[in-house]
Amino acid sequence: MLCLDNLRERFLQGNMRALAQSISLVEDNPELGAKLFSLLGQPQGNPRIIGVTGPPGAGKSTLTAKLALALLARGERVALLLIDPSSPFSGGAILGDRIRMHELSGLSDVYIRSLSTRGSLGGLSAATARVLRLLQHGNFSTIILETVGTGQAETDVVMAVDAVVVVAVPGLGDDIQAMKAGIMEIADVFVVNKADRDGADRTKLQIEAMLGMQEGRRVHPIQVLPTIATTGYGVAELTQALDDHFAYVEQSGELARRREKRWHKEFSAYVANILLGDFFSWANRQDIGIMANAEWGEIEVYGLAKKATAQYFTERMKRHVEED
Amino acid sequence: MNEQLQNFFVKWDEKAQKSVAKNPERKLMFTNASRLSIKRVYTPLDVTGDYLDDISLPGEYPFTRGVQPTMYRGRFWTMRQYAGMASAEESNDRYLYLLEQGQTGLSVAFDLPTQIGYDSDHPLAAGEVGKVGVAIDSLADMELLFKGIPLDKVSTSMTINAPAAVLLAMYIVVAEKQGVSQDKLVGTIQNDILKEYAARGTYIFPPGPSMRLITDIFAYCAQHVPEWNTISISGYHIREAGSTAVQEVAFTLSDGIAYVAAAILAGLDVDDFAPRLSFFFNSHVDFFEEVAKFRAARRLWAKIMKERFKAKNPRSMMLRFHTQTGGSTLTAQQPDNNVVRVTLQALAAVLGGTQSLHTNSRDEALALPTEESVRIALRTQQIIACESGVADTVDPLAGSYYIENLTNEIEVAAWSQIQKIDALGGAIAAIEKGYMQREIQESAYDWQMQVERKERIVVGVNQFHVKEDALRGLLRVDATVGEKQVQRLQVLRSQRDNQQVRVALAQLETDAKSTANIMPSLIEAVRAYATLGEICNCLRNIFGEYHADNLL
Amino acid sequence: MMTEGMQIRVLVAKPGLDGHDRGAKVIARALRDAGMEVIYTGLRQTPEQIVEAALQEDVDVIGLSCLSGAHNHLFAQVIELLKKHHAEDILVVGGGVIPEEDIPLLKAQGVKEIFTPGTGTLAVVEYIKKHALPR
Repeated sequence: MLCLDNLRERFLQGNMRALAQSISLVEDNPELGAKLFSLLGQPQGNPRIIGVTGPPGAGKSTLTAKLALALLARGERVALLLIDPSSPFSGGAILGDRIRMHELSGLSDVYIRSLSTRGSLGGLSAATARVLRLLQHGNFSTIILETVGTGQAETDVVMAVDAVVVVAVPGLGDDIQAMKAGIMEIADVFVVNKADRDGADRTKLQIEAMLGMQEGRRVHPIQVLPTIATTGYGVAELTQALDDHFAYVEQSGELARRREKRWHKEFSAYVANILLGDFFSWANRQDIGIMANAEWGEIEVYGLAKKATAQYFTERMKRHVEED
Repeated sequence: MNEQLQNFFVKWDEKAQKSVAKNPERKLMFTNASRLSIKRVYTPLDVTGDYLDDISLPGEYPFTRGVQPTMYRGRFWTMRQYAGMASAEESNDRYLYLLEQGQTGLSVAFDLPTQIGYDSDHPLAAGEVGKVGVAIDSLADMELLFKGIPLDKVSTSMTINAPAAVLLAMYIVVAEKQGVSQDKLVGTIQNDILKEYAARGTYIFPPGPSMRLITDIFAYCAQHVPEWNTISISGYHIREAGSTAVQEVAFTLSDGIAYVAAAILAGLDVDDFAPRLSFFFNSHVDFFEEVAKFRAARRLWAKIMKERFKAKNPRSMMLRFHTQTGGSTLTAQQPDNNVVRVTLQALAAVLGGTQSLHTNSRDEALALPTEESVRIALRTQQIIACESGVADTVDPLAGSYYIENLTNEIEVAAWSQIQKIDALGGAIAAIEKGYMQREIQESAYDWQMQVERKERIVVGVNQFHVKEDALRGLLRVDATVGEKQVQRLQVLRSQRDNQQVRVALAQLETDAKSTANIMPSLIEAVRAYATLGEICNCLRNIFGEYHADNLL
Repeated sequence: MMTEGMQIRVLVAKPGLDGHDRGAKVIARALRDAGMEVIYTGLRQTPEQIVEAALQEDVDVIGLSCLSGAHNHLFAQVIELLKKHHAEDILVVGGGVIPEEDIPLLKAQGVKEIFTPGTGTLAVVEYIKKHALPR
């Protein structure tokens, strides 16, 4: 088992393996993670967190690598978190995004880490928020989070990051209608990748039209940028668009609001988890289990849940009084 | 007659069912490796189609029974053992030995740095020089490789793909120095880049420029090296990577379609280059499936060339192929058993009408083969040819209800796969989307699980074990070959006319950037003793490099 | 032995120029199906790239696959680099066309197990489950 003090020390010295081990620690175990966080104190840096999302095959990984290269070229230190889905059957995963990051290998100011969703459906693993917080201690100027790419159900990403890049490709054609819900609304920057393919202009126009329909709900105009990730075309414009976004959200106070919201979401998720865990450990201890009496299919579930919760709170209070 | 047979069959089948109820068969379902189900018995009812249209006679369209009228009654297949190791001198020794033993063609194996266009002193070549084949850095090595071998008397097959044009250029110049003009040269370069992306992994450049190199070779050879087989479109490695027999046919022919289409797009007439296309298949464990596979592939290709590409010359429609027995079927356990496996696989290839054959050696699951093992492998072919009598009549399995039915089934299944690839935009698009790779991986995993569940028995691996000692006396590549090769390169670079090299490489660069045929400037570059690595680097700078990023 | 709830992380790597990845991919999938997180880095990886990925990904195990005969050179380099980064606790196993007589040398260098042709995926899974070190 790792010694936390030693880990903290090596981590703060900038040891890359210590960073990697710390990520595993907070990913695997929130309890130990909490201890590590308290040892680390307040993060020194204030990295920008960028999310890259979009359907499978859109070229997210290649684009992410090129974006990282552009940031490195201007002297930034960059961390990449690459999320892949876990198998619903075994819980295992094949994490393969790294294969597209060959241009980043051997470079000193970049850290790449692959994570599995570990069963989480939203496209982001439950532990991702913790890992992102940990990376804030890692002296990075930018953190890029690349999501699973299931196309939909990735609105989780908006809660985890400061800026969302949505990657689309021509040829999805009319499917773009299908992705409008949710994903259109989370974009801070839109990219039409593989822009050398037929239909790129049409895709760009379609997206712009759909964005136009949302005008008024957006804080500032959203750019739709053509890119060709394999050649790096359009990456400079993407970097600029992100800079523009950050300039705007920092000045307007939106960034602070997003981060606060993010903090709240993570906080309430933990509260819910802790309460649920305690509830069930209490419920399972009952001699005549409340749920054991239920006749499945006949009992009105909401009513039962309310009754059980009420009983749980009453007994919990009693014990607190006794303990006092 | 059919109605009578049909009625009789129904009665017979009832009887058979009763018998099975009493004494169950070994399995509930019999299927072959391509997951096609196999019936209890085949009858004339299972042979649909028209004899003249679908089977016909040997040497006649659609060539189901073979590409020549006399086949092995005229001449046996070419016995061509793939060989190459360590240095050019050692490989040259092995070639001279094999020719002396009655082998009729050479087949050159190159080491990985050569196959990927790196000189032996490149950092990535460390540990790999001379390991899986011979290291060729420049024309100087090629001269040693063929020393004492008259290139107008042998046919030479070279397993080289991404840098095939460079090695062909070297071969042409070696011949020229022997006084043999290029129009006399007979042989094959593998030159099949698509299966490298899909299955074998020794690519250099992206698909676009790679296809251009290939069509440049087609055009150059059509004019100057007319007897040269400009490509060997290979299913072998697709099968080795784990595909089924049906996928092997489908993906290989899809690759073939892509090459033909590219050449036509480059302005060539189909009948100018198509007669020089050749194929390369695997011969795997399921005997009848393999025989039928070869027959189905021939028929399918003939139809594709005639119907899709409007070829007029019958030679453009003939699928001529080399076969190698299945390397992945060799077991490290009880290696002598591999001699038997190879015999069955070789027999299937011969009954399937192969033009040339490599039989694997029994120790190849462990290391490169020893001389003794290679000799047994060659003798296996000679026994089939001279003793078994199977070569005395053409396509002797034709008319077997099972074989004809299976030939049809494989053709239909492969055709449906080819259409799927067409719908994806052809072989290149399918590879770029990772489709072929995923299909192959799926089959490979499936096969492995069948072995682990013992649904598929591999003798000596998951049944019939013995306790055995490690095999001794394996061939080891001389550990100093890398150093020697590096030294030789240093000497070469200091002794050649470096000004001439610079001029030749500059010309190569100009031609590579234009639409000119690249072969003439390649020939001048190798003649100036520019190294393979220098030439490939020059092209890398212009063409870029391919990175495989399709996943599992 | 791993603590309950943690997932074993494995880097499956193809060092050198060998393009035969059937075995590596089959193993990667089998490990995934056994509940492990597998990082696959593709073909033509240098020992430096493999070790860099292993450290960044905090893997418990590195599985090296090589069929080209360059295993003695390449595996040793991976082990060397791990030592240089004080990461010799990462379990290194190998597979491919590796003659029996090379195995003692590879093991002496620090490769913990060599899986030769014909080894079932289950044997590999079991070995890793048993020998992966606790984080």
